[in-house]
Amino acid sequence: MTTTRTGVPDQRHLRGVLASGARPPRPSALSASLTFGWRALLKIKHVPEQLFDVTLFPVLFLLMFTYLFGGAIVGSTEEYLQWVLPGILVMTVVMITLYTGVTLNTDITKGVFDRFRSLPIWRPSPLVGALLGDAVRYSMASLVVIVLGLVLGFRPENGVVGVVLSVLLLIVFCYSLSWIWTLLGLVLRTPNSVMTVSMVVMFPGTFLSNIFVDPRTMPGWLQAFVDVNPVTHLVTAIRGLMHGGVTAAQIGWVLVASAVMVAVFAPITMYLYRHRN
Amino acid sequence: MTAHVPELAIEASGLVKDFGRTRAVDGVDLTVPTGLVYGFLGPNGAGKTTTMRMLATLLRPDGGRASVLGHDVVREADAVRARVGLTGQFASVDDDLTGVENLVLLGRLYGYGRARARRRAGDLLDAFGLAEAAERLVKNYSGGMRRRLDIAASLVVTPELMFLDEPTTGLDPRSRNQVWDIVRALVDAGTTVLLTTQYLDEADQLTGRMAVIDHGTVIAEGTPDELKAAVGTGSLHVRVRRPEQREDAARLLERLLEVPVRREGDPAALSARVFDPDRVAHALGALSGDGVNVTHFALGRPSLDEVFLALTGRPAAPDDGADPGTGPTTEEGTA
Repeated sequence: MTTTRTGVPDQRHLRGVLASGARPPRPSALSASLTFGWRALLKIKHVPEQLFDVTLFPVLFLLMFTYLFGGAIVGSTEEYLQWVLPGILVMTVVMITLYTGVTLNTDITKGVFDRFRSLPIWRPSPLVGALLGDAVRYSMASLVVIVLGLVLGFRPENGVVGVVLSVLLLIVFCYSLSWIWTLLGLVLRTPNSVMTVSMVVMFPGTFLSNIFVDPRTMPGWLQAFVDVNPVTHLVTAIRGLMHGGVTAAQIGWVLVASAVMVAVFAPITMYLYRHRN
Repeated sequence: MTAHVPELAIEASGLVKDFGRTRAVDGVDLTVPTGLVYGFLGPNGAGKTTTMRMLATLLRPDGGRASVLGHDVVREADAVRARVGLTGQFASVDDDLTGVENLVLLGRLYGYGRARARRRAGDLLDAFGLAEAAERLVKNYSGGMRRRLDIAASLVVTPELMFLDEPTTGLDPRSRNQVWDIVRALVDAGTTVLLTTQYLDEADQLTGRMAVIDHGTVIAEGTPDELKAAVGTGSLHVRVRRPEQREDAARLLERLLEVPVRREGDPAALSARVFDPDRVAHALGALSGDGVNVTHFALGRPSLDEVFLALTGRPAAPDDGADPGTGPTTEEGTA
């Protein structure tokens, strides 16, 4: 009985719909956050291209570093793979975190956030929900790296438990790190500038670490930087978790760094989000 | 759900908003009764959108106070948010999702269960003529479809007050008429609508009352008829056959009508505000008696263009470079 003429609003129907839009009770914080998480997943479904760079990059890096430099750096590609895979895993997922800021900024520039902000929901839920969606991306990228590694001959001594714990620690760290990009996403004007600024931080942040080579081969001033770089501590802890020899202090370091990032950047981000003009 | 309907949808006094050094809104007072379309008319940059965003709790005022449906926009922002809907100037729907996903998402965020949100989305898409496009990604929608989806998104829960920020800007005439139909249906269903526009014919067609805003302050307020009455009972438009006769005609009219006569951009056209229609008949007779050939004349109620000109001393929407009163631009956005 409806839609006789396509593309034309039907007056009678319209009134009926307007009359029946009674207001349900306000959703819980969890429900609202999960709904935003669902939105992030739908975006992955409709724009799967965004997964290409997070899956192809690690594949390229893993193949390149293992076979191109492995022989030169350690003398054996197989041995180097055991060393470099935890590092590549960290680099891959840390790189993906910057999409959090880019996505948020895109939402803001397109006006979608105005609508979210005008809803009577728990205010941080759009940000928290986006991070839930990110956790799925982190897990997928981790899976790609680990499966490819296993095919190429990666053999973690601590088995499945070590790998799972590694991925969990990695997700905690990246979740905390992504608050920085969320902040940039709110402050910077365009998605492109968020991308650029994040890259400028990210490249030295990942390369100037113990991901690819042993820092002992580096000059002293560089070693000093590498030693305080949180990424170095994360990679050390994950290598230990996968191959054995991890200490509580190594894991503690990562958790403290994560907590500091959240404690500093989450409140600033939420403040800016609430008072954004 | 009709427990207590406040009589005033919006009550604002002395609203101020600064962006850095510029004062975008400079002491806006506003009283909007419920149950009608209230127009907020002004050129680009007059402060319409900023005022609306403060009323919708998206911006915190730097001065003054405002309450929406009886709730303070700063102290009771959540109560305001629970009662209003907002459709911004730029379509605030998600390009990367389908039409139905956009509406289900909002339904869930308003607190509907999964099934209920889905049903509500389907009903809205039907009513807005978007049923066939429900499963298509919004980025493939035309400009008119996108705007309708955007308005539908604000109606997932029927709001008591709907903010519509320039809802027809950039739409073709057909899509514009569809949006107008939706606005009328909204008011019929009992929703109060605050509508900003820079199109005078739109305000004239839709609104029951309106405020004219310029440089961040309200410069006039009333029904469209009241505003027109304030600038004379009508206006006379005359076109002479030979442009070189225009000056003679203008001087003659000025003498007989005792009002200033405006030389239009068209070198053969004149216009004047008229307070006494009897004099017009006399003056037109005098023109032909003087040998001035008149090819066209019209006596009409003043358009809102003329109202705006009379109030501000300049035509509406000068930023666009468009002729005032030509209505919305006719481009269909299909990005």
